[in-house]
Amino acid sequence: MNNIFVYCEIEDGHIAEVSLELLTKGRKLANEIDRKLEAIVIGHNLGDIEKQIFPYGADVIHIADNSRLYPYLTLPHTEIIVSLFKQEKPEIALFGATSVGRDLAPRVASALKCGLTADCTSLVFGDHTENKTGKEYKNLLYQIRPAFGGNIIATIINPDTRPQMATVREGVMKKEVFNSTRKGESKHINVDTILNENHMAVEIIERHIEKQKINIKNSQIIISGGYGVGSKENFDMLYELAEIIGGEVGASRAAVDAGFVDHARQVGQTGVTVRPKLYIACGISGAVQHTAGMNESAKIISINNDPKAPINQIADYVITGNVEDVIPKMIKFYKKNTK
Amino acid sequence: MSFKIVVLAKQVPDTRNVGKDAMKADGTVNRSALPAIFNPEDLHALEQALRIKDRISDAEIYILTMGPPRAAEIIREAMYRGADGGYLITDRKFAGSDTLATSYAISLAVKKLQPHLVVAGRQAIDGDTAQVGPQCAEKLNIPQVTYCEEILEIKEDQLIIKRRLERGIEIVKCKTPLLITVHSSAPTCRPRNAKLLMKYKHARTVSELVEETKDYTEMMTNKPYLRIDEWSVADLDANVDFLGLSGSPTKVKKIENVVLARKDSVTLTPEDKDMDFLMKELIDSHVIG
Repeated sequence: MNNIFVYCEIEDGHIAEVSLELLTKGRKLANEIDRKLEAIVIGHNLGDIEKQIFPYGADVIHIADNSRLYPYLTLPHTEIIVSLFKQEKPEIALFGATSVGRDLAPRVASALKCGLTADCTSLVFGDHTENKTGKEYKNLLYQIRPAFGGNIIATIINPDTRPQMATVREGVMKKEVFNSTRKGESKHINVDTILNENHMAVEIIERHIEKQKINIKNSQIIISGGYGVGSKENFDMLYELAEIIGGEVGASRAAVDAGFVDHARQVGQTGVTVRPKLYIACGISGAVQHTAGMNESAKIISINNDPKAPINQIADYVITGNVEDVIPKMIKFYKKNTK
Repeated sequence: MSFKIVVLAKQVPDTRNVGKDAMKADGTVNRSALPAIFNPEDLHALEQALRIKDRISDAEIYILTMGPPRAAEIIREAMYRGADGGYLITDRKFAGSDTLATSYAISLAVKKLQPHLVVAGRQAIDGDTAQVGPQCAEKLNIPQVTYCEEILEIKEDQLIIKRRLERGIEIVKCKTPLLITVHSSAPTCRPRNAKLLMKYKHARTVSELVEETKDYTEMMTNKPYLRIDEWSVADLDANVDFLGLSGSPTKVKKIENVVLARKDSVTLTPEDKDMDFLMKELIDSHVIG
C-alpha cells in the first residue's frame, strides 16, 4: 500500500525508454521515503517482460495480459489501472508524457478525482504548510514543470489527493540499471473480471507505427536550428555540417511549427531533452521551453545575429552573425584543421 | 434528427508575449495583462467540426468556452467562421480551477447540450497539458479519440478517424457519443466569412449588453440568434466543492521566473580567424573529430 507506481508502455514487446527512465527515477524516490516500487504492464503475449523491468529496480510487477489489451486502447487500460489503484492506493503514479501516457493519465486522474501534472522536468520531495489551516505535509512530491510558454517554472503539489500523478517526457530523467540480476514479485491481474464490451467502444482498423528512426537523444553532437535559420532549404547547411562532424540535426519548436523540420527533431519541453558533448544553436533565441531541453549540454555554441539573444547567456561560445555565413566557415575550417 | 457538435474552445493569453506583470501573487496567471487569442489548436478543432457540417447538411455547431466575460470574443469569432452559436461558462466561483475542476464544469455544460460529438483542441498554449479533453470524456462517460488529424468517414452514428501519434498513425472506428481532440497537424481553420461577419457582429452575451450604450432590445427580439447564453454555477447546477481552488487537487506551490545563469563565454565574429580558432579549439579539446 501507498507505494510508487510506474505505468510501463510497450511497443513490439519492448518496454519504452521513457518507462525505464521512470522506473529509475521511481526507484530513487521509493528509497527516499522507504516505499516499494511497483510497475504496471498492460498488453498481450507479455512472456518474459519481467526480465526487462526488474533490473531497473521494481519490487513488484502487476501484469495484465490479454488479447484485448494490445495495441493500446484508452478505455481498457484506464479501467485496469483505476481498478488496481483503488485497491493498492499508490502514493505516487508516474506515466510517460507520450501519445499513450498523455491520453491515459488524464482519464485515470479524472476517474480517481486526483491531481495530475503534465510534462514534469523534475520530481523531488518537499514539505508544505497550508497557509489557511496551518496543516503540515511531509514528503509531498514537488512536480516541477515549465509553464506559460516556458516563461515560468511552476512547482505543483497535490496535498490531499492520492496518487500524486505526473507525466514526464522521454529523455528528461536518466535511465540506469539498478541491479541486473534483481528479481521481484509478479502479480497477475484478472482481466476478464474487469473488462466488459463497453470498454471496447473504440476499434483500431489500421496502425502504422515506425520504429524510431530519428534519435537525436543519443547523439554526442547536435546542431539545432531555430526560426532564425529562415527556411527548410537553409536547414540543408545544418545537415551538411552534421554529416561532416558526426552529429544530428535538432530544432526549436518555432522551426518545427514553421515546417522547416520534422517534429522528431524538436528539442525542449515539448520535444526531447538532450545532453550532448556539443550543442550548436543556430538562429535560436533561447525560450526557456527550448533551453530546458538542452542546458545540460557540455559545450554550447550560439550562432545568432542578435547579440542579446537569451541563449547567449548559457553559451560557451557566442558567434554574432548570420547562420548562412557561419556554418559554411565552420565546415571549411573543420576540414582545414583535420587534414 | 440533426447532428449536434459541441466544440470546446479556450481564450488563452498569448504566451509568446509575456510581460513582467503577468503573474499574480498567488501564482495564478493575470490574464488581463496579456493579449487574448483563440487557442490555436481549438481553431483546428473548429475546422474539423465545420468539415462535418460541409458533409452533413443538418449538422449544428456550438462553441462552448469557460472563462471571464470577455471570452465571448472567441464565440463570435467562431460564429464568423461558421459555428451556429455558443455558450459561455462564466462565474467568479470557477476562478483558480485546475484541469480536473475545469473538466467538471465543462462536462456539466456538455450534458445540458446533449451533443453527438464533442471536438476539442489537443491542448492550450498557456498550460500545454492536454488534460481537459480526456478528463471531460471521462466525466461524460463517453469514449475519447485523441490527436485526431482527419475524420475519414462519418456514417450515421459512426466515425472513422485518423490519429497522429508520435511515431505513426492509427485509424480507428467509434460510435457516437464521442469526444475527439484535434492535433496541430490537422488543417487550420478557414477564415471568417463576410456574410457571417455581418450576420453575427452584434451577437452579445447578457453581460456585454449591460455594457453597451446602444439599445439592443429590439435587435435581440427580432434576431434571437444574436444571443450568446452565459451559464453560471447555478445554471449548471454545479457542486461548488468541485470547482475553483477548492475543487482543484493540484496547487501551485511556487512560481519562479526563469533567469538563465550567465556563463563566461567567448564572443566571436564570423571572420575567418575567429572561425579557424573555434574549430581548432573544438578539435584539440576532442569535442569534435
